[in-house]
Amino acid sequence: MQLTRTNAMIQDELTHSSRETRQDTRGRALTYLSIGLVVVLVVAIIYFIAARGVATFTTNHVTLSEFFGINWQPTATDSNGRPEVGALPMMVTSFSVTILAALVATPFALSVAMFMTDIAERRGAKLLQAVIELLVGIPSVVYGFIGLAVVVPFLRRLAGGTGFGILAGTIVLCVMVLPTVTSLAAASIRAVPLSLRQASYAMGATRWQTLRKVVLRAATPGIITAIILGMARAFGEALAVQMVIGNTTVLPRGLFTPTSTLTSTLTTEMGNTVPGTLQNNVLWSLALILLAMSLVFNLLVRLVGRKGALPS
Amino acid sequence: MMNAKQSDRLATVVIYTLVGVVIATLVFLLGYILFQGVPHISWRFLTTASSNMTAGGGIRDQLFNSLYLLVLTTIISVPIALGAGIYLSEYAPHNAVTSFVRSAIEVLSSLPSIVVGLFGYLVFALKFNLGFSVLTGAIALTVFNLPILTRNIEESLEDVPNLQREAGLSLGLSRWRTTTKIVLPTAIPGILTGIILSAGRVFGEAAALIYTAGQSNINVSYTDWNPFNASSFLNPMRPAETLAVHIWQLNTEGVTPDAKAISAGASAVLIIVILLVNLGARGLGGLVYRRLTGKQAKGAA
Amino acid sequence: MKKEVITDETDQICHRRRRTGSADSGSGRMCSTNTKADSANVSGKVTAVGSTALQPLVEQAAKDFQTTHTKVNLSVQGGGSGTGLSQVQSGSVQIGNSDIFADQQTGITASKLKDHKVAVVGMTPVVNKDVDVKSLTMDQLKQIFTGKVTNWKQLGGKDEAITVINRAAGSGTRATFENAVLKGATAIKTQEQDSNGTVQKIVSTTPGAISYLAFSYVNDSLRALNIDGVKPTAANVETNKWKIWSYEHMYTLKSKDNKAADAFIKYVQSSKVQKSLVKKLGYISIANMKVQMDAHNKVTTIK
Repeated sequence: MQLTRTNAMIQDELTHSSRETRQDTRGRALTYLSIGLVVVLVVAIIYFIAARGVATFTTNHVTLSEFFGINWQPTATDSNGRPEVGALPMMVTSFSVTILAALVATPFALSVAMFMTDIAERRGAKLLQAVIELLVGIPSVVYGFIGLAVVVPFLRRLAGGTGFGILAGTIVLCVMVLPTVTSLAAASIRAVPLSLRQASYAMGATRWQTLRKVVLRAATPGIITAIILGMARAFGEALAVQMVIGNTTVLPRGLFTPTSTLTSTLTTEMGNTVPGTLQNNVLWSLALILLAMSLVFNLLVRLVGRKGALPS
Repeated sequence: MMNAKQSDRLATVVIYTLVGVVIATLVFLLGYILFQGVPHISWRFLTTASSNMTAGGGIRDQLFNSLYLLVLTTIISVPIALGAGIYLSEYAPHNAVTSFVRSAIEVLSSLPSIVVGLFGYLVFALKFNLGFSVLTGAIALTVFNLPILTRNIEESLEDVPNLQREAGLSLGLSRWRTTTKIVLPTAIPGILTGIILSAGRVFGEAAALIYTAGQSNINVSYTDWNPFNASSFLNPMRPAETLAVHIWQLNTEGVTPDAKAISAGASAVLIIVILLVNLGARGLGGLVYRRLTGKQAKGAA
Repeated sequence: MKKEVITDETDQICHRRRRTGSADSGSGRMCSTNTKADSANVSGKVTAVGSTALQPLVEQAAKDFQTTHTKVNLSVQGGGSGTGLSQVQSGSVQIGNSDIFADQQTGITASKLKDHKVAVVGMTPVVNKDVDVKSLTMDQLKQIFTGKVTNWKQLGGKDEAITVINRAAGSGTRATFENAVLKGATAIKTQEQDSNGTVQKIVSTTPGAISYLAFSYVNDSLRALNIDGVKPTAANVETNKWKIWSYEHMYTLKSKDNKAADAFIKYVQSSKVQKSLVKKLGYISIANMKVQMDAHNKVTTIK
């Protein structure tokens, strides 16, 4: 009697999973479900955009060379009766402002991040972080109007012309992506173990040597993510950029000539078009290009970042 | 050639300068908005309904809608992002598929608001028949926030030293228990940063909400606490204009004579509310962190 | 009962339309069936989507309408004229607000839709305050927007480059302006903005800038121009002395009769709304128009 029960128990233990395992399986299932949802969402959106974006070429028979042309006026046709859907000016501008905004914002963001984690005292750092994160919540329109009231006139006096252009867009975007890049970079710099810093200081390294050769390098993967997410925000921003960049669909001839980004053109024209028409489809093509460019950026930054990271 | 001391000094000067520029910009920006807006804020401004044509409208409904949308969005997006982040950090195999998923999630956050808005409108408002509603808006904002939240949670989890995981596992805890009881609490400060950033985005977003949560309000009753009543302020199926959308509307097609003043006041209110939510979240996060780990938060929490 | 709900104003419009044999079949049909359409008993959910320029009027009218028609659940949203027309055509919403005739919008089958004109909008060229030119001829205006004239000096002003700010391609405002001013010529590639508010702010902060705005957005931060000596006023629009104007439309689907939507539109067209709300929001009442325009921009006098 006693023996058989024990046998049954042993059998039970051997053939059934323990409570811990069952819990783990359930937990794992939960995470699978979540990532599944996220992936479904990503796929759905990409499909949603691609299906419409590709229709420009399949249904409306626009050729790729037309799409990569420089004349954008989807409501009109050129002398050969072909639609004018050259999106190259917007691609160039989107590319330029995003890269420039990232290049300008990163040194500022990293300085502030290092300042908050390794230089300033805790109370000051906390306050600074809270204030920087406030910037995320200011609506784009407000950024746009401040840009229009302050940045554009300033550039007008500085360089002549109208003041609208890539530089104005860069400055506004720079401020807009700063909180994202700073907060995420600070989080990853903060996560670098104290022991690494202590080891560096113990060997007689200065603060800058420690930061540059140990802390920043250990935090590189996180900093890269921060920059990527910042650039993503710059890429997708419309309402603010639209007001300061000049919203003119021509190739930029420098930092001070009016031009237009993919996103600002998309946002300006979307509400006036009817789904299924060329004018509408081609705007979705812009979104598709935006996604593709963003993906390329993402991979590039990762590639560059891998070189700077500490060997793991 | 500079020696280490000199370059350290130079670097310190550069860092202080850059930080100084950022602080100056911050002070200017916030000062600009608050200086223009605070004079227009009054109790009446906060508790009066908005007006389409006459001066003297308030922002009561918009203010509530922004907060309500934030709560709904957080309820929907944080659990999903937590699950996905835990998966990516603790369970995902280190292979090409995983890193592709990671990139795809990040790319998603570069989508223009209006695209997410139209996606939300066509799929959730029309296909799923949710109409212009707080719920549709919350789902659209979830689409926005998932990338930044998921990546942030994943990063924060990855930053937790492996030593802690090994300790948990060697005590016979399952991977899940190690993650939820040991790793997750340690990562709270980082996760909080992500949540606060995405909360900011919820407050500031306009273009995505125009097509989803809508651009106008219906008359709601603030005494009806039953969310299933059509006129209840808690009903998630009613259209709701948020503060950011209201500011957008005032600046683009607003015809009220005091559009400028209301817009300035609303912007200032928005900043103050974000600051409060931000501090509140940090306070709460710090409390949870201390409860779970029994120590003082290392970071900014 | 009947006499109470049909206001003499609407009656008049119906009357005129019938006599002139207007192409606008929508309002015509409404006139003959208005006894059924407007009653306090209508109920249902009505969503109106589209033109952001028309939104303030419709939204305010909706609020007033619901105080007496408590069973109607009205929701008014923006999204742009193209969105409004396509959504009403596909049956997703009951009313599509538009700044533009459905006939003029690519991708819309106008014959499926019923047009209800609810207001008239006048538009005027506006310039930055530092521009010292006070009046232009229609031809000069055309030359500015086609890029033939690039400096205010050429128009008798001071030596200052002209910054042209156009409206978004495909928008109703742009179409109206191009019909009245450019008459088929192509505008130069220049800055495009899609809302009255943004244009107002850019023109008022950019020296030498010119653009055009709906009358109600002209304020003292910028200056409106006269064209051929005619002042941009409502009275001049009513007689077509001022040429740049257009209708605001509310479209419904012909095949989907919605009593609540019809009742609401009739309310917007009623003299109560036309005489107060429409005027207060800076539109011009359709009842005051002494001319009418068809979808091909042909203007005829209402006899």
